[in-house]
Amino acid sequence: MSDYSTSTRLPATLFDIIVVGTGVVGCAMARRFTLEGAKVLVIEKAVDILDGASKANSAILHTGFDAPSPGSQELECIVDGYNEYLEIHARLNLPLLECGALVLAWNEAEADRLAAIQRSAHDNGVTRARIINAKKARAREPQLAQTVVAAVEVPGEFVIDPWSAPYAYLLQALENGACLARSCELLDGNFDNGVWTLKTSRGSVKGRQLINCAGLYGDRLNQKLVGESNFEIRPRKGQFVVFDKSARGLTSSILLPVPTDTTKGIVVCPTMFGNLLVGPTAEEQRSRNDAAVDSEQLQALIDRGGSILPALREHAVTATYAGLRPATEHKDYQIKWYRDRNYCCVGGIRSTGLSAALGIARFVYRQYEATGNQHSELLDCHWPRVSQISDPGERDWQQPGNGGIVCHCELVTRREILQALEGPIPPCSLAGLKRRTRVTMGRCQGFYCSAELSDLTGGCFQQSMGRPRK
Amino acid sequence: MKTQHCQVAIIGAGPSGLALASELAKADIDVVVLEREGEAGGIPRHCGHSPYGMREFHRLMSGPAYAARLAREAEQQGAKIWLNTTVTEIGPGGSLLLSTIDGIMELQAARVAICTGNRETPRSARLVSGTRPMGILTTGALQSMVYLKHRLPCKRPLIVGTELVAFSALLTCRHAGIKPVAMIEHDSRVTAIKAAAWLPRLLGIPLLLNSELDEIRGGDRVESVVVSDAGGKLQDIECDGVIFSGNFVAEASLVRSSHLEFDPRSGGPVVDQYGRCSDPAYFACGNLLHPVDTAGWCWAEGMRTARLLLADLSATLSHRGRVLEIKSASPGIRYFTPQRILLSDAPLVENHPGLQLRFADNRRGRISWRNHKAVISSRSIRAQRERRVLLPFPRRDQLSECKSLALEFQPDAED
Repeated sequence: MSDYSTSTRLPATLFDIIVVGTGVVGCAMARRFTLEGAKVLVIEKAVDILDGASKANSAILHTGFDAPSPGSQELECIVDGYNEYLEIHARLNLPLLECGALVLAWNEAEADRLAAIQRSAHDNGVTRARIINAKKARAREPQLAQTVVAAVEVPGEFVIDPWSAPYAYLLQALENGACLARSCELLDGNFDNGVWTLKTSRGSVKGRQLINCAGLYGDRLNQKLVGESNFEIRPRKGQFVVFDKSARGLTSSILLPVPTDTTKGIVVCPTMFGNLLVGPTAEEQRSRNDAAVDSEQLQALIDRGGSILPALREHAVTATYAGLRPATEHKDYQIKWYRDRNYCCVGGIRSTGLSAALGIARFVYRQYEATGNQHSELLDCHWPRVSQISDPGERDWQQPGNGGIVCHCELVTRREILQALEGPIPPCSLAGLKRRTRVTMGRCQGFYCSAELSDLTGGCFQQSMGRPRK
Repeated sequence: MKTQHCQVAIIGAGPSGLALASELAKADIDVVVLEREGEAGGIPRHCGHSPYGMREFHRLMSGPAYAARLAREAEQQGAKIWLNTTVTEIGPGGSLLLSTIDGIMELQAARVAICTGNRETPRSARLVSGTRPMGILTTGALQSMVYLKHRLPCKRPLIVGTELVAFSALLTCRHAGIKPVAMIEHDSRVTAIKAAAWLPRLLGIPLLLNSELDEIRGGDRVESVVVSDAGGKLQDIECDGVIFSGNFVAEASLVRSSHLEFDPRSGGPVVDQYGRCSDPAYFACGNLLHPVDTAGWCWAEGMRTARLLLADLSATLSHRGRVLEIKSASPGIRYFTPQRILLSDAPLVENHPGLQLRFADNRRGRISWRNHKAVISSRSIRAQRERRVLLPFPRRDQLSECKSLALEFQPDAED
């Protein structure tokens, strides 16, 4: 198990593969190459994994029914990723909530476009998608506003845990021999004689192949390492509102609008943790790190949610957040190998990254293999089981010896927190601990548990919750 | 799973729950108080300053001393307090699912009193713009960090709001050597009593009225805030934290996910004048019903509810009679409690303070009880945001004649 935490020196080994970035794509990439037998190092400039685009999404595992037409990299990766998730989730103890989706038409013009949506779903292999009338839609979701005109019913759309999934991918890579270095920013790289020598903020490392999974910084990394980029990142901000668990019963389906050319639109969907989510907005911006929320946009999301599910107006907001999607000027993913330089860029993985990550990793590995690279597959592959923190699952608070509940809103126990802090990829920030355990992510947002947590996490974080008083 | 039994289970060991427990135990009732924290006492535990205890113990006490005294008295009377015990589900007829450090168990009680109190509205639910760095917290989090764990979350925070608790936050800061950069209030006057405005002045902290928090800025930690005044003028204030104070809401998630009738306006359970919920095995008491009142007020309510519960256990509290739902469509009224009155042969409730209301903003006007359209009684009131307004119930004979009971607020014309 090799997590090179900030203080230790980076290994001098010559790695087969160096993956840059620990978003969901980087985590899945590290896993795939490790399982195929390659010696992998993953580097991440932030203090924690999943700290960029992957920290904020709608947590849906898509079938790809509305992905760009057949033949696109995106559709192929979504389908592969979707299937692999279904195949492996139980072994990694990852949750899965079958919701199904309804693409809702709210006027005749939108209803006219449902046939095309159904057709493209069928073309994309989702053959069970079908148009239903308003009565059927409301029979399935009785809380839907009466103004709904018709819908496309899409079976097989799931909700998953957007954090424990990539965490489990990376953990499986590490437990099978991969190395991770966080707080490790790539400063420069040089390819010579079949070997990349990377200068990082924590010293230099060597690897035969380099895979750029740098998400929002993918184009800049391209410029730095190969002097060009076939795309430009155009960050698209998405704001979300999370409603209280009391609202969870208002829909069991993922509720989608009829998409426009530029966006899939605002979704209302259940979360793995028993909440209801409304979002995202789609705001083009220049900044690659400004994920600020905006009260007017949040209010608009709340109003939008209320127009779809009128009863939502009586429920409280638990959390608000925003994420940045690494969109580009292109519609499709931008996965490109530079064969002569042993370099692969995996760029422009927008909102579907969570669904497609495992498929993207397979796609890249196939291309890697196609150029004559080969490893002997791991024989005795280890399958870690991550702890279950989703709502319907068996939770630690039900078990003896849990140490008592610390976070009352999300029912997070002392034992869960300590295990995360001492775990194989320990969090170095409160945000990291939140993603691993859900502490302070509930309705009180830390009113009750901040003090206890500040004590439990004392000395663990780079930015402490509270310094001891002198 | 093991099941235990008791006569009365009380959920929450704050002032109202502990007062209830003491009184019931004194009458030899088998009482269990279920407290999810590691210590009994509720919010006063982390308010390290006065004044507490005047009404209850006729002396000036600090919050922690007061909390400890309440817990000690309850235990001395024979109440059992189970710490680190979370009620995760409440079911019909007083059956409770508990999570303890030893796993889950069931507790079956003849009566349950829900005394889960209230909490402040955090940044997220206020939809405040900006980034989400470290250093954003509520007064409750600040005080429990400072007084219980001796930790400082920030050095120069902005304090948002001017309810009583905001001044309590100022005292906490002063105690801990934290220097707030300003206190802001969107209204033109402080929400707490007028005299409280002297405190920031004495401490040299700017009090900015008519001011809104427009944006929070910062990467890892809070770096500054943008505050706008009534004229829309923006001002950047450097700070390393934001303390959101007040805007209390009921801690009622247990109620909302249960079979009990819920009032979306008060955010708590629907109760009658006895504090009895829609399932007669359940009573509710304290700030769960009326966010927010003082500890002393909640304690007194606990004492009163204890007498009602005792009457109920000895079958002398009426269950039968006509139920009058109190209706109100007046927009100025934010919530009221109780939401219904049970008309039985017995007197309504002795020494009941009456209907408790909260208003959305500061208004003068007339409030009236109506039987359909006919006015039963009316009076002039001066309503202030977040401040308690009490309205006596109509007389029994007036209520008996009611076909329906409504509450109406007619604001005075703006002068």
